[in-house]
Amino acid sequence: MTDSDKRAHHDMGGLPAGPVDRSEHETVFWEKRIDAIMTLLTGKERRLLCVDELRRGIESLGPEAYDKLSYYERWIASIAGTLVEKSVLTQEEIDARIEELRASRDSQT
Amino acid sequence: MSEHTHEPGDQRHTAVEQVEPHGYYQYLADAVRQLLIEKNVFSADDMRRAIEAMDARTPAQGARVIARTWVDPAYKVRLLADGSAAVEELGIDMGTTKLVVVENTPTVHNIIVCTLCSCYPRMLLGVPPSWYKSREYRSRVVREPRAVLAEFGTKLSDDVDVRVHDSTADMRYLVLPMRPTGTGEIGEEELAALVTRDTMVGVAQVRMTA
Amino acid sequence: MTARFTPGDPVTVESRYPTGHCRTPYYIRGMTGVIERICGQFPNPEDLAYGRDGLPRRALYRVRFRQTEIWPDYAGARDDSVDIEIFEHWLRPPANEDK
Repeated sequence: MTDSDKRAHHDMGGLPAGPVDRSEHETVFWEKRIDAIMTLLTGKERRLLCVDELRRGIESLGPEAYDKLSYYERWIASIAGTLVEKSVLTQEEIDARIEELRASRDSQT
Repeated sequence: MSEHTHEPGDQRHTAVEQVEPHGYYQYLADAVRQLLIEKNVFSADDMRRAIEAMDARTPAQGARVIARTWVDPAYKVRLLADGSAAVEELGIDMGTTKLVVVENTPTVHNIIVCTLCSCYPRMLLGVPPSWYKSREYRSRVVREPRAVLAEFGTKLSDDVDVRVHDSTADMRYLVLPMRPTGTGEIGEEELAALVTRDTMVGVAQVRMTA
Repeated sequence: MTARFTPGDPVTVESRYPTGHCRTPYYIRGMTGVIERICGQFPNPEDLAYGRDGLPRRALYRVRFRQTEIWPDYAGARDDSVDIEIFEHWLRPPANEDK
């Protein structure tokens, strides 16, 4: 195994890359909600999650997901996965709720 | 009948959400949020307050700190010794953030990055810009900071040492930019108006005309 | 507070490649720098990342590295540097010194 094989996908300091895109992007509402979920879960009143778990969860998404998902999409994928790991939520109830939300949204269009 | 929970603040945003495609991760976020509220992990009100607090955090807060530092030498000593404590003197809540303020001088220019993720002094500056979180910035600024600075329009001579700070652990960094010459007569509020987010991350220098 | 290193000490970053979560960037492993300050004692993020308490706390240092030592063809000024926070268990004295 060469040294470069040992470099984790998120650990990118020093790698070649193109010019920095300086355009500004407003954080949209659904993204702010994810940020708020993280703030509330990690706050001292609850301590259900810590920032290190968030990072580890993001790092574990795999290179393809890491590159394709947007910043807050990675956050919610990591948060959901870690909450399931810790039995705060179950995968079944998350999947069921997503289905209900899709169905109700489809019925509105 | 829709099961969708309506929360305070939804009204002005729901219209936009329904027009644009709702990707899987938005559904996931909605599902997680609703389930956590139903299980009383937090309330809809808690969510609203957290978002309001986030919206209230802007680089203007950091600019106040910089301006105070420029006019008050004793404050500067305290800020450089304990960043979070000094910032809280100005009524800015730093939470558990351990802030380290790094001073630009005629011979040292500081620039901040988190190569591993996107650590940023959010309690003071708000959310980081997209470029700070980008692959391009995170990969290149530790390797070729001067080239990245040039892309931001900042050119430094070889007499100035460039010092990159990679936030890998618990500290968060804020650059104390140099006060531009010719601002001796300007009051603290006007000085703060010159200090932009980019000057506190270290990709730009403060100019007389903001 | 017991800390193995003091500001001014030269230190070398371990060349370890753990598969789990860690906060020591790849580009700095095996490099030698100087302790710039002791940041304090903190729980280990490598354990916190898996829901463990990360105790006992261990010393965290800010270490300064010369860019010309990290990158073979560094194009900037020779005194350009990178400061990184590194935990004590990732640091050792450079090969020809004892501490």
